[in-house]
Amino acid sequence: MYVAVKGGEAAINEAHRLLAEERRGDPAVAELSTAQIDAQLSLAVDRVMAEGSLYDRKLAALAIKQARGDLIEAIFLIRAYRTTLPRFGYSAPVDTASMGIRRRISATFKDIPGGQILGPTFDYTHRLLDFRLAAEDGGESLSGAVQGDQRADRTDETDLLDEKMPRVVDLLKHEGLIEDELPGIEDAPVGDITREPMSFPVERDVRLQNLARGDEGFLLALGYSTQRGYGRSHPFAGEIRLGEVAVEFTPEDLGFSIDIGEVTLSECQMINQFKGSAEAPPQFTRGYGLSFGHCERKVIAMALVDRALKGRALGEAVSGPAQDEEFVMEHSDNIQATGFVEHLKLPHYVDFQSELELVRRMRRQASAAVAEAAE
Amino acid sequence: MTRQSHAESRHRSSYDQPDFGTAAGPDPNYNFAYLDEQTKRMIRRAILKAVAIPGYQVPFASREMPMPYGWGTGGVQVTASIIGPQDVLKVIDQGADDTTNAVSIRQFFQRTTAVKTTERTEAASIIQTRHRIPEKALSEKQILVYQVPIPEPLRFLEPRESETRKMHALGEYGLMHVKLYEDIATHGHIATTYAYPVKVNGHYISDPSPTPKFDNPKMNRMPALQLFGAGREKRIYAIPPYTAVESLDFEDHPFEVQRWEQSCELCGAKNSFLDEVVTDDRGGRMFVCSDTDFCNRRLEAAQ
Amino acid sequence: MSRPDQLQPSGQTSGAEQPLLRVTGLAKSYDGFSACRNVSFDLWPGEILAVVGESGSGKTTLLKCISAQLANDAGRIEYLMRDGVLRDVQELSEAERRFLMRTDWGFVHQNPREGLRMSVSAGANIAERMIAVGARNFGRIRATATDWMDRVELDPQRVDHQPRTFSGGMQQRLQIARNLVTHPRLMFMDEPTGGLDVSVQARLLDLLRGLVAGMQLSVVLVTHDLAVARLLSHRIMVMQGGEVVETGLTDQVLDDPQHPYSQMLVSSILPA
Repeated sequence: MYVAVKGGEAAINEAHRLLAEERRGDPAVAELSTAQIDAQLSLAVDRVMAEGSLYDRKLAALAIKQARGDLIEAIFLIRAYRTTLPRFGYSAPVDTASMGIRRRISATFKDIPGGQILGPTFDYTHRLLDFRLAAEDGGESLSGAVQGDQRADRTDETDLLDEKMPRVVDLLKHEGLIEDELPGIEDAPVGDITREPMSFPVERDVRLQNLARGDEGFLLALGYSTQRGYGRSHPFAGEIRLGEVAVEFTPEDLGFSIDIGEVTLSECQMINQFKGSAEAPPQFTRGYGLSFGHCERKVIAMALVDRALKGRALGEAVSGPAQDEEFVMEHSDNIQATGFVEHLKLPHYVDFQSELELVRRMRRQASAAVAEAAE
Repeated sequence: MTRQSHAESRHRSSYDQPDFGTAAGPDPNYNFAYLDEQTKRMIRRAILKAVAIPGYQVPFASREMPMPYGWGTGGVQVTASIIGPQDVLKVIDQGADDTTNAVSIRQFFQRTTAVKTTERTEAASIIQTRHRIPEKALSEKQILVYQVPIPEPLRFLEPRESETRKMHALGEYGLMHVKLYEDIATHGHIATTYAYPVKVNGHYISDPSPTPKFDNPKMNRMPALQLFGAGREKRIYAIPPYTAVESLDFEDHPFEVQRWEQSCELCGAKNSFLDEVVTDDRGGRMFVCSDTDFCNRRLEAAQ
Repeated sequence: MSRPDQLQPSGQTSGAEQPLLRVTGLAKSYDGFSACRNVSFDLWPGEILAVVGESGSGKTTLLKCISAQLANDAGRIEYLMRDGVLRDVQELSEAERRFLMRTDWGFVHQNPREGLRMSVSAGANIAERMIAVGARNFGRIRATATDWMDRVELDPQRVDHQPRTFSGGMQQRLQIARNLVTHPRLMFMDEPTGGLDVSVQARLLDLLRGLVAGMQLSVVLVTHDLAVARLLSHRIMVMQGGEVVETGLTDQVLDDPQHPYSQMLVSSILPA
């Protein structure tokens, strides 16, 4: 028989114990290590770092393990941990132009200085389940022909990547074909939504930070909607890059900048609908996406949404939700979203009691009115 | 469960003694009350601004907390910023000390502050609450911290923050009364039963949080300081002690609280907010005080 | 330009030393294209001024500028406040301007859906302005609302109905009632009968004429329909390509147009 929610400490402790059991699963199955998650589920780790807004593979892998593979739960763990960390300051802006490229493609030109480097990508795989991956013996027992097809030909080991990989967008800029993106005021402080709440309308620095932390699924759907006409911007993928960049930081006591490590970044530069005016001849406009780790879908979607949100400044009519700044910025954070959506599980019986009482009263009044009318 | 066992389980409480955590001290891995001092200072500055402008929503840089947004992070951040080792904390949800989320939040503070906790309303110096105001009147020595999901009373009339900000700045609250007018025209009376909008200090219109309108009169000239924390929406607001708080209404459709025909089946109270408890699947019901401490005290007094 | 004492329907002199609205040298451009320029006129209490021209003449831009919905690029707009002081509308604070637009001014849109709150009842639409200026008695508010519905020839029984259940003509009447309930002194109307069919138009125009005269309203009325101008207005301004080409008493200009453009406009009306 149900009575008012009475969790009590005992129930909560039991729930936690049960959770730990479920997390471990069948003891006969080997326990997952965080090293395995980091290495073999690396794209999950990348996403958790990106939306958790914290670059640390080991922590992200731990979060994924603790969260039993629920990535939003893992992101939550990382965000909460991030809150407790001391802040030393802001790094210098990273220079993606000098990225140690592992993957670099452009859809706008057939070939570009430095070449099209496919890198590790699912793009041209055939989505056929590869049962070798499920085999206990690593696929040894399966037909050799299948293996042979998949094995990369390692003949040209000496073919190193070109040092020079100028950005496609920079090439267009030389001709003045694409809008330049300069900060309004040199050395202006950069907004930080983890320090100051957003206040609309926001500037692009705050928008980009919000999008970088935003839920991949949400941005994916919004980006998709722009392609289908809800705020169309005629996008072309100017360049997508994946690789490592150095992070530089100037500690106060030193007074000069030092290299504190490197991070893997994905970057997308979108080339969009050109725009001209009475005073200026037409130029292409741009969208930008950047993320920790290898999060290609995220950075492409982010670039589409970034461009859509520029609509206001470019004087475009708002015809789709991706162009609605308040709508996008307020709903992109999946930790806030899941918190509020899931809070519906909390007891609301007092509020409900109030509504029950009102509805009962209105129904009584309605039937009394009917009874009166009948007389 | 029979009515009797329900009463027994209500009466038995395990949180009335100096609690776990106190003896051992707060968790050494975290700063006192979890937040770093800089953050607490930032929040206290926001609280001061809020107290200086009763009913006005002060934006603050809400931190990501170990519990989800929507589950009390605003209230927790406010409490964490004002709590000291000598405070005595009570945490309630739906008026009860033993609902799961109240337990969870109380444990959080026990772990990170080791302060004394209590179920007794009058013994607490800080009361953090979700969706109810205690039946027992509070004193000047107490602070009531409300957990708020949506701080903006105009939100469902106007979704845009940029527009509602302007409406508050210009005192353009006509839309709120239009909504109330429409309720009366449609239903014969105002159809809002909780989170009933109030005018604070004759100036700003505020959302009291999803407390039932039954509790609105308690807010008027309350001797205790009332603080409101909305973590996800990143707003703090306040009602200083003894401030006028009026519920919106029309002259000829004055504000009314809910009333029950029944009284509390356990303690007999006639004037408290009652929870409806379904006792069987044949429509059996009983009504009991939502405020568990209030009910328990009355039961004790009767014995 | 005629004196107001010749225009007042009641035949009395207004005695006003200052005009209700004074526009001087108004200009507005979009992206280098001049939509209207050099527009100046005075509007006196109780006077109805029609601004006519084809589409692209700049009349709607002019209306939006003088009603503070669009920022003009040049020129002054001065309004005689209730305290008798002529003030530059652009120097009012946003609060003052918003208050003015809700009380002393009214704006009737061509499409009534733009001037109504479609999500609330007819009664609530009319009530809104009353409530905005402090009315707090539901019974009296509703009585005033039904009274106004009656005055604009809407069935008062429909006070709780949603505007979307009303026909276009009825929505237009509701929009008018919503504006008039605070007894504004100045009304802006943008093709108030556009989009309505002819018989509905005629009734609406009659209603407007009666209300405007009865309430001593001043009106700036934009229309492409010279018949509407003739029926409602005392004075007329003809616009072409963003400029005023002719102005004068309505009957005089329409019976004996001087400017070639006005002549062309007038001659293109089909005889009744």
